[in-house]
Amino acid sequence: MSEPISHADIQKTMLQQQKAEQRKKQLLNLVLLVLLLAAPAVLYPVFLMKILCFALFAVAFNLLLGFTGLLSFGHAAFLASGAYTTGYLLSTYPGLSTEMGILAGTAAATVLGFCFAVVAIRRQGIYFAMITLALAQLVFFFFVQSEFTGGEDGLHGVPRGYLFGFIDLSNNLAMYYFVLAVFLGGYLLVQRIVGSPFGQVLKAIKQNEARTVSLGYNVNLYKLLAFVMSAGLAGLAGSVKTVVFQLASLGDAQWHTSGEVILMTLLGGTGTLLGPVIGAAFVVNLEYQLSQGPLGDWVDAILGAIFILTVIAFRSGIVGEVQKFMRKNLG
Amino acid sequence: MSEPFVLETQGLVKEFKGFVAVDDVNLKVQKGHIHALIGPNGAGKTTVFNLLTKFLIPTRGKILFKGKDITSMKSAAIARQGVVRSFQISAVFPHMTALENIRVALQSFEGHSFHFWKSGNSLNALNERCMALLDQVGLTEFANTTTVELAYGRKRALELATTLAMEPELLLLDEPTQGMGGEDVERVVELVRKAAQGRTVLMVEHNLGVVSKLCDRITVLARGAVLTEGDYQEVSNDPQVREVYMGSTSTSAKQETSE
Repeated sequence: MSEPISHADIQKTMLQQQKAEQRKKQLLNLVLLVLLLAAPAVLYPVFLMKILCFALFAVAFNLLLGFTGLLSFGHAAFLASGAYTTGYLLSTYPGLSTEMGILAGTAAATVLGFCFAVVAIRRQGIYFAMITLALAQLVFFFFVQSEFTGGEDGLHGVPRGYLFGFIDLSNNLAMYYFVLAVFLGGYLLVQRIVGSPFGQVLKAIKQNEARTVSLGYNVNLYKLLAFVMSAGLAGLAGSVKTVVFQLASLGDAQWHTSGEVILMTLLGGTGTLLGPVIGAAFVVNLEYQLSQGPLGDWVDAILGAIFILTVIAFRSGIVGEVQKFMRKNLG
Repeated sequence: MSEPFVLETQGLVKEFKGFVAVDDVNLKVQKGHIHALIGPNGAGKTTVFNLLTKFLIPTRGKILFKGKDITSMKSAAIARQGVVRSFQISAVFPHMTALENIRVALQSFEGHSFHFWKSGNSLNALNERCMALLDQVGLTEFANTTTVELAYGRKRALELATTLAMEPELLLLDEPTQGMGGEDVERVVELVRKAAQGRTVLMVEHNLGVVSKLCDRITVLARGAVLTEGDYQEVSNDPQVREVYMGSTSTSAKQETSE
């Protein structure tokens, strides 16, 4: 028999671990904040904004895949519904201040997310993925046929307008810091959700759904709520993207986009907070670099190869692998 | 004649596309008993469990818990009523610590499980109760261990502690000793005995040695139907039971299975 350990000691160890974890998280948040605040000094703001929009999109997606264990193959629908709603409103009502347009886009995606969830949430695994894909294709069809989206042409020349009615967003730097604020808001919200009592239930669902049911949880309700939040945040990303590029196009609604967000998340690391951000930055940057060079037509093939490599060789993704490495070598 | 039955099924039937997995089962579990459900493979024991906890929907029949009809309730609601099950394969949350596993169960009663804006630190208020439950199953020192790293027997103990955290009135255990060696089996028998105090237990069990030590009453299922019911003596002397269990009447059930 080893010496008995007292409850107090065990709980102390646990609280210390929690504190250390939280300190690490805060430090990481701070580093991220400083880097992103300083980034426009080195990199072109519009390029950075593209990264941030897709990063927010991927973070939203990861709330489902990484923290609830649901693979949605229809997230393009939410990005696009946010994008089109905001684009349409800001183009049609010039008096509307930008943040109202963005809020409306987010709301539209949230409502759409609720409709998707009601249909899909009872299904599991591949069936869930297929239903979300099918619904997203329906939404795509709707956007192609509708007048207000401009069909194949999309919406061009969406005015960036004025934030709160007085901050001129046509200035790229002002726009950048606004996008940064939105991104950080979304990122911190997801961080909070994941760490909350609610997030704990999501984790339980991901790890063993039947057991979670048998502990008295109505898991469908939890999944539904997570799905709606994820959809809303994806819509927010789409809305902001429209304002940045003054453009909402069919590309956002295509299933290709749903696939891309999966790639970003897997590549960066599912189930980690920072993973999707890194993944998004990597993919957006790669697409940009390739489009500048002679390999422009090969973007999809190269992304495909990277995807295969990720799934085969390093499943935990970039951030996941780094975490593993640090745990192994730094205690 | 008014024996208080905690659980009662009336004409419970489950058909899968023409195949009758559970056939007109009338089960009566008396308050305070440890009641065993035994039978050869494919007899429908686990299916009955799945029906009782609504992981499967009965084709026909009624389920009464403390006299109240719970047939149309959903799984989660049944768990909240106090009918909590364990699973055949150890059902734990592998990437949480032992303590966190139990905390998820306790959290289920806290009413803040939808609070997605709240800090996870609010859950620390439950830690002391988690520790007490870990004590009960002898896992105190593993509180901060990630569950995936625990040995099989300890996972099962953790599962039991998690189930107990729900303070069930009726505990449904699906083969608690499955896949265990001698020493672990002894430990689980003790745990179940302890857990059964002040509760009713219905357990599926293959190990007749365990059944003989623990159970007050035994129902034998064969091909989805109740073959017989009684205490261990009655059941083990029943020639019908020997036949379905052994395929012969020559060996006593006890000798054969209580290695």
